[in-house]
Amino acid sequence: MLKDQDRIFKNLYNDLGSDVISSQKRGDWVNTKEITDKGRDWIINEIKDSQLRGRGGAGFPTGLKWSFAPKEVGSRPHYLVVNGDESEPGTCKDRDILRFEPHKLIEGCLIASFAVQAHVCYIYIRGEYFVDGQKLQAAIDEAYEKKLIGKNAAGTGWDLDIYIHYGAGAYICGEETALLESIEGKKGQPRLKPPFPALIGLYGCPTIINNVETIAVVPTILRRGGKWFASLGREKNTGTKIFCISGNVNSPCNVEEEMNIPLKELIEVHAGGVIGGWDNLQAVIPGGSSMPLIPKEKCETLTMDFDSLSAEKSGLGTAGVVVINKDQDIIKCMARIARFYKHESCGQCTPCREGSGWMWRMLERMAKGEASRDEIDMLGDVTNQIAGHTICAFGEGSSWPVQGLLRHFSDEIKKRNKFDPFVKNNKDIPYLVDQHLLDKNA
Amino acid sequence: MSLKKPAKNQPESFEFNSVSLEEANKIISNYPKGKQQSAVMSLLYIAQKQNNNWIPLAAMKYIGKFLDMPYIKVYEVATFYSMYNLAPVGKYFVQVCTTTPCMIRGANQLIEACKEKISQNESELSSDKNCSWMEVECLGACVNAPMMQINDDYYEDLDKNKTLKILDKILNGETPKPGSYRGRVNNEPENNRKTLMDLKNA
Repeated sequence: MLKDQDRIFKNLYNDLGSDVISSQKRGDWVNTKEITDKGRDWIINEIKDSQLRGRGGAGFPTGLKWSFAPKEVGSRPHYLVVNGDESEPGTCKDRDILRFEPHKLIEGCLIASFAVQAHVCYIYIRGEYFVDGQKLQAAIDEAYEKKLIGKNAAGTGWDLDIYIHYGAGAYICGEETALLESIEGKKGQPRLKPPFPALIGLYGCPTIINNVETIAVVPTILRRGGKWFASLGREKNTGTKIFCISGNVNSPCNVEEEMNIPLKELIEVHAGGVIGGWDNLQAVIPGGSSMPLIPKEKCETLTMDFDSLSAEKSGLGTAGVVVINKDQDIIKCMARIARFYKHESCGQCTPCREGSGWMWRMLERMAKGEASRDEIDMLGDVTNQIAGHTICAFGEGSSWPVQGLLRHFSDEIKKRNKFDPFVKNNKDIPYLVDQHLLDKNA
Repeated sequence: MSLKKPAKNQPESFEFNSVSLEEANKIISNYPKGKQQSAVMSLLYIAQKQNNNWIPLAAMKYIGKFLDMPYIKVYEVATFYSMYNLAPVGKYFVQVCTTTPCMIRGANQLIEACKEKISQNESELSSDKNCSWMEVECLGACVNAPMMQINDDYYEDLDKNKTLKILDKILNGETPKPGSYRGRVNNEPENNRKTLMDLKNA
């Protein structure tokens, strides 16, 4: 288990208070000026050395992303945008950072803005987190009052303004370009990439977009050194991560742990075990609903990091672990996830808009045992025609969980859906709709 | 993308009152000059707050003029995002999360409770016109499942009886205490905490 002194979010459970004084006692805002005095190249290199990967789901190296920002500010200003549109089912880590560790986030915003030369930072928070957003706003006001942000923020000589932008209940706005559209006051429909936001982003200006957790760990990494962060976890999957363990466990919780922690330890030690015991485990969704599920046999030895999970054809995603035990109907669980994606598809690309509803309707029938055998293959076909054929990664996100179900639980589906279409057994009949014409007794 | 229809009975006109106006101008100043369109989402919230938790078409037209943007663009935004109510909802607006992590911990019991106490169908006003409920997608409090949101507040770690009690309170016009209803602190593992122990006992 990770040692307490190596935990970054010491106030994850709000034992210490989230105001600026308590945060300073925990080490926030102590020597921000010393960090920025070392220069932006040092900051970006240190983040590269730490091998920090984005915590929002895709796991893109943060230092590399920052280095994409133009070196010189041209006629267009730079922006930093922080993505707090956490809507992935199974994930609720950013909410705890917003309400309990807001000063880590604000200080991270200052350092990141300095590194990418932005004077304005927008924090995009999902509309449902209004109360938590108000807590962050209070912390921002506090920081302005203490001159930690604003003109000559925290004595660094850098000017920074931070604004909160509330979303309004659209999952797709967690996609970075949809988020930019949303800040610009449009519907949240993703943009085609390239051009990438680092060159043409918010209002057509260079924009760096990072997840809340990514930005919030930056100050601690720079204080303790990239080497310290890189010493946790394993190569290319370094550092600590907040895991959200929900579903059929005895004590669901958020916990900060080292990368590469065994899944079994996460469930048995931190979350109090599966309801009904480990043998009652059916499957685990390892990283938020869009990651394919992992059946029990593999959960024994699985370790939680980006690369070992993608080797299992799944992914770490946001590290929202949803535990499903044998009391649950796995097909129904996936059908509900498919319904989520059907509801949240932005409607821009046809494969995703039509396909997500198609997958949901098929899965609902499969859960009831009303589908035909052929449809199992057809469902696989539909997922393949969505994934990779859309502007953003939502297409993959909606079809991967279904592919995971088909990969690991196709026997379960076949067992329940025995129905073979009538036409197949009676090859003479050309069209199913015209059966009544062939009725000899008529 | 949610399927929503504007209400049949629409007020003739809409205007921000002085409080809303001040709030709106403050928000517009958060964005660069000439990019006032960015404020449209917040302004729709302000309109919704001012107008008993729903947005009439007149308000969208007003906001369009206010921000110097076409009405259709405002309408697009208002219909795209699911948190804008285009038809009247109750003063207490109950949203029950039923996505998989909540579902497997018994979110259907919360739905039953809502059906018993508020109304048989979702998005239907209760008999005293004070309350309505609907099923929503993930609200982002999965380790506190099952949960629901009433107006801005989260009510977490519920079951049927607890939900019935909360609904009784709001039907009597009281505002129940938000947060976990199993007595746990925030997102810590209940009775099973293994980390940051010295801080807990400090």
